[in-house]
Amino acid sequence: MKHLLSINDLSQSEAIAILDTATELARVSDAPMKKLPTLRGRTIVNLFAEDSTRTRISFEAAAKRLSADVINFSAKGSSVSKGESLKDTAQTLQAMGADAVIIRHQASGAAHRLATSKWMSGTVINAGDGTHEHPSQALLDAYTLRKHLMQGAKNLQGLHVAIVGDILHSRVARSNVLLLSKLGATVSVVAPPTLLPVGVESWNAHVSYDFDELIPNVDAIMMLRVQSERMNELYFPNAREYSRYFGLNSDRVKRMKKDSIIMHPGPMNRGLEITADVADSARSVIVEQVSNGVSVRMAILYTLLTGEGIESGALV
Amino acid sequence: MSVALPPADIARALTRISHEILERNGGSSNLVLLGIPTRGAHLAQRIGSIIQGIESRAVPVGTLDITLHRDDLRLRPPRALMPTKIPPAGIEGKDVVLIDDVFFSGRTIRAALDALGEIGRPRTVQLAVLVDRGHRELPIRADYVGKNLPTSLDQSVRVHLTEIDGVDEVLIGSTGSL
Repeated sequence: MKHLLSINDLSQSEAIAILDTATELARVSDAPMKKLPTLRGRTIVNLFAEDSTRTRISFEAAAKRLSADVINFSAKGSSVSKGESLKDTAQTLQAMGADAVIIRHQASGAAHRLATSKWMSGTVINAGDGTHEHPSQALLDAYTLRKHLMQGAKNLQGLHVAIVGDILHSRVARSNVLLLSKLGATVSVVAPPTLLPVGVESWNAHVSYDFDELIPNVDAIMMLRVQSERMNELYFPNAREYSRYFGLNSDRVKRMKKDSIIMHPGPMNRGLEITADVADSARSVIVEQVSNGVSVRMAILYTLLTGEGIESGALV
Repeated sequence: MSVALPPADIARALTRISHEILERNGGSSNLVLLGIPTRGAHLAQRIGSIIQGIESRAVPVGTLDITLHRDDLRLRPPRALMPTKIPPAGIEGKDVVLIDDVFFSGRTIRAALDALGEIGRPRTVQLAVLVDRGHRELPIRADYVGKNLPTSLDQSVRVHLTEIDGVDEVLIGSTGSL
């Protein structure tokens, strides 16, 4: 495996191997000495054409804990804002000798374009492309679910997870549906019909418009951000109505299963899809998702950047 | 492949190593045994219980995964990480005995010394191995050796242990016969 562009690049056993590696790497994050020499001398570029806090910082922390050199590159303040194309940017990075490029881009398929073009030879990691996929987020969500709910089991067999909200614009939802179902979980997506994409019935997930009906039956609720920056038309009458039907508030939390958890990939619209008290409640693992993100991204970098030039599975 | 060490020889070697460790360190009071996964970890458990049988007190046994410190990560496919379990009392000021199955280039032990340095500062670090097959690439030597096994570079040495492989044996053969 050279690139991580989509969850479809991973087999079930490869996904589990990344989660297992992350479990071992988590102890580095707990140790007083948070640094390993593993990727010393490798250069990793964070190419972020779209805004991000968590993902960029998380990948940067992960790369630094493995001793890689990190170059941060955002569209604002670079030649991209002067109209430089992705191709020219990629060739510049190639000329600088980047071993890996972590790309976040507003265009779906940008990571794939970068990986399959001959513009650069390094590893490409998709950190969110348009409304397509966000595989590292799905892996950290699966890691968080496994850690909290699976008591040492390797997969997510028997778990029921509801993904609620703006499914239409959500790359997090797409990657999570693919990964969680691959790991054996049942997934339900819940949204108003206007926020469900065309073809959702072909996904490996149940579709529901009734959040209240699902709440007592699920082991985890994953709330999605309402992506108003991608909404150029009206998807629901107003914010209050959206919150009433699809927001997570303390009344709904009271009807959740014992030991079930609340997740959110961030950033949150407090008061819209989730109320502030719920976001900060004991069931919420939202902050922990962020720290798990560092371990999982270390595992991704370790898996992709070691054994360079060797076909996976080959014996030496 | 032919058998270089049958089960009885492995048991005798481990017993002798345990006695040598105790003799050299004047007892087990300051000892910590750290096995290098996978098979080194099981050997450490066995040596730990032999020492416990002799001294009538438990000696701390842990594991130390060195994968992330290897210098050949670029040259080999990604390896699965194994657990590192350091005994609760730590290794600060202790006499640490690293335990591995086959001693070859010395690069694993070099990585283990780096990994140890991040955990603490032991008083001494010693090395016990079941088989020393020679061909060192670094100036590193073992303090306790179960069996010196002269080999050529194109031969391979395999250690099988009951805990993993169902049988105790050390095999030697040419690479082609694997």
